[in-house]
Amino acid sequence: MNAQLKEIQVEQVDVVIIGGGPAGLAAAAELYRRGIRNLLIIEREKQLGGILRQCIHDGFGLTRFQTALSGPEYAQRFIDTIEELNIPYITDATVLEVTHERQVTAVTREGMRTWQAKAVILTMGCRERTRGAIGIPGERPTGVLTAGVAQAYMNLFNTMPAKEVVILGSGDIGMIMARRFTLEGAHVNAVFEIQPYPSGLPRNIEQCLNDYDIPLHLSHGITAIHGNTRLTGVTVSKVDENLKPIPGTEKEYQCDTLILSVGLIPENELSLDAGVILDERTRGALVDENFQTAAEGIFAAGNVLHVHDLVDFVSIEAESLADSVAKYVIEGSLKPAAISINTDCNIGYTVPQRVSGEKEFTLSLRVKRPMKDCRIVVRQAGKEVAVKKMKKAIPAEMIRFVISHEKLVSGSDLEVCVEC
Amino acid sequence: MKQLYDVLIIGGGVIGSAIAREMSRYRLKIGVLEKNLDVCCETSGRNSGVVHGGFAYNTDSLKAKLCVEGNKIMGQLSEELDFAFQRCGKVLVGNTPEDQESLERTMKQGKANGVSGMELIGKERLHELVPAVIGEFAMYSAESGIVDPFGYTIALAENAAENGVDYFFDNEVTAIERDADSNYVITTSAGTFYSRWVVNSAGLGCGKISELLGIGGYKIIGSKGDYIILDKRTGPLLPMPVYPVPSNTYMGIHVTNTTDGNVIVGPNADLTDNFTYYGVSQENMDYLSSSASDLWPCIHKKDYIRNYSGILPKWVDENGAIQDFKIEVQDLKAPRAINLIGIESPGLTAAVPIARYAVGLMAEREKLTLNSSFNPIRKGVVRFAELSKEEQNLKILENPEYGEVICRCETVTKAEILQAIHNPLGVDTMTGIKYRTRSMMGRCQGGYCQMRIAQLLEQELGKKEDQIQYARKGSQMFFGKVRQEVES
Repeated sequence: MNAQLKEIQVEQVDVVIIGGGPAGLAAAAELYRRGIRNLLIIEREKQLGGILRQCIHDGFGLTRFQTALSGPEYAQRFIDTIEELNIPYITDATVLEVTHERQVTAVTREGMRTWQAKAVILTMGCRERTRGAIGIPGERPTGVLTAGVAQAYMNLFNTMPAKEVVILGSGDIGMIMARRFTLEGAHVNAVFEIQPYPSGLPRNIEQCLNDYDIPLHLSHGITAIHGNTRLTGVTVSKVDENLKPIPGTEKEYQCDTLILSVGLIPENELSLDAGVILDERTRGALVDENFQTAAEGIFAAGNVLHVHDLVDFVSIEAESLADSVAKYVIEGSLKPAAISINTDCNIGYTVPQRVSGEKEFTLSLRVKRPMKDCRIVVRQAGKEVAVKKMKKAIPAEMIRFVISHEKLVSGSDLEVCVEC
Repeated sequence: MKQLYDVLIIGGGVIGSAIAREMSRYRLKIGVLEKNLDVCCETSGRNSGVVHGGFAYNTDSLKAKLCVEGNKIMGQLSEELDFAFQRCGKVLVGNTPEDQESLERTMKQGKANGVSGMELIGKERLHELVPAVIGEFAMYSAESGIVDPFGYTIALAENAAENGVDYFFDNEVTAIERDADSNYVITTSAGTFYSRWVVNSAGLGCGKISELLGIGGYKIIGSKGDYIILDKRTGPLLPMPVYPVPSNTYMGIHVTNTTDGNVIVGPNADLTDNFTYYGVSQENMDYLSSSASDLWPCIHKKDYIRNYSGILPKWVDENGAIQDFKIEVQDLKAPRAINLIGIESPGLTAAVPIARYAVGLMAEREKLTLNSSFNPIRKGVVRFAELSKEEQNLKILENPEYGEVICRCETVTKAEILQAIHNPLGVDTMTGIKYRTRSMMGRCQGGYCQMRIAQLLEQELGKKEDQIQYARKGSQMFFGKVRQEVES
């Protein structure tokens, strides 16, 4: 073996983008337009596009492109741009490590490759919460799988994983899979949601469940899984206001498949090793209005930052960090963000979690429970600096609004609360 | 033509596989009959993975003697057979004067059993060893350790197979008879086998096989223990297993680090006569977590990645008192049948000494000739994740399949998956690949890689979608294609 081959050369690049899904593609195109040409998208799959490749249903792009597209169509618009602009990307490359000093190492079929970047953008998306993570009791047969895995089996691998289905969780992918199973000849018994309200979007309840007569039972959980080879059935119970099963309400459902749509977790394993600090609430990075994490020069956008309900907002968020990243690459630093954004008990989280106060920014947040006729108020030192009136606010829909820096002062935190 | 084996071993767990390997040192034609589709599907794979010191068993018992021997040779075995073993030590943590007395008794018993490396330590030293632990003092056992129970059992079995032992999976023994030549005729769910010798290493099935051999009267009860597996992020908080002060019959709920860097919490001990039910109840999960948190307060639901349970076969007398291991040949009732009864904990630690003891019973009855071509060395699937970057680079340059990561959480490459698919035992299940590579064992639990592995299994072994089994017979994963491809 040639000694030169054994050495792993370090390649210099302005920006490395980890993940070629909707966030990574949008960030890359915008950076290019701002004059950053020495950049690289690293994608672990064989093609760009990320999770959109398996989302063959429509409804994407209504905000970003004012037209309804399927997932692959939506992704293709960005991929076409990447190709037209000749933006560098590599596929079949899995990043193993990002250091605090922004050195990125990936496994490729040509060998290990390492880049030294001036800035790194984390766009790794999210993964699904599993059975083990929510600790559903009972046996461990096959036939218990997450909605996204079932979707990949059907739409990417042409493999049918189910005949007789029960779905736990009213997340959007679960509801979309309820329709998909029905269209492909499987029978979906029902969707059970442990919360007293649905976790997915109203349009999916209408188009994926109601249109196919699939019942949605709120305040119900799975309390046992049966079968020691393939799943034979599940026990479902009503739950009380503390989400605890109510004895005596158990009901058995015979099924060969249990689909879980019980939440998404930002995929931040690489980020942690780079010294990025996570927000316990989003499980994504703590960021400022530049989407810069606690590790300088490392930025994050899309589902790796916080789980979005619409891909359009993922793209828009990723596009909006390009200005800051370009500035960082050219100037070597950004204004520090000393103002924290605090929330009251009705708000699940905000992104960003801190700002400099010297720049307009978009505040993204989710409420913790459904509310009607409320105002979302942002105050600084007791003074209202922004208000958004909501006829209806639900946890499934992310709320976004622009906050001008003109009313902001330094030295005092922002408080976000909901007033009904 | 019917094949006459010298020995047929019933049960391919860690004990059966250790016996197969130890017997393959001699010129014998050996077969293993296993009802499952892989080794270590039952007790051998479903436990804490602790290599015990041997202090917890009555002096002069086989459990004590064989455990101490097993502990001593584990390092050498792990080098010969390439499985993960760490002599990390362990602590038994106490708080009260009664605990102190109990630990002193345990130490005394350990010394009588020939265990070395035990000491009573104070709070300060305890917290140096395990900073996160709660407790006033402890017994530290430096010789205790942890092993990958799947890797260990598979290594023994593969080494046996490489030395000429035949493995027959999906063969559940239903009848044992003797023919006119006094050879054993063993009927299984898949066929008939003939052998001069029989070994009953059937684990949970030992009572049933013993009866089929004509040796009745052994009462076997199951002790079922449930476990919770925690994310690898918790691993650095637990450098060694932490146990409470033991009682005579039960180790207590403990927390154990694994050779892969996870933490497992458990087990409880529920008596059961159902040897196929591995469900875990909500009540038990809550109990494990709250009980173990008294020792190690780092158990949070957000770190749960999976739960599992295992069943220990315990031989009990008419009063329910747990008995020692029984390893015997009853020459009158069942000549040339080695009968192993009640091989529970510390069976994993003691497996090879148990096997040597069993071979000894055979050697007392007929002359064994050494197999000069026996090779004790076995290599497992290379762990890409454990190599340095430079080594990883070299591996990829040798074989580009190392450059394709299939399992993201555990960094398992396509080259490793392919090696596991073409394993020496011919195991063709998804868990077969999982146990040999750690793919699907990480925090996303196969969300990313399972479909890729299923596809590779189909391609490499020419299987259709509906022929892919997850673990047990009947654990079908798919119902064919979504749409049939139309030929153009």
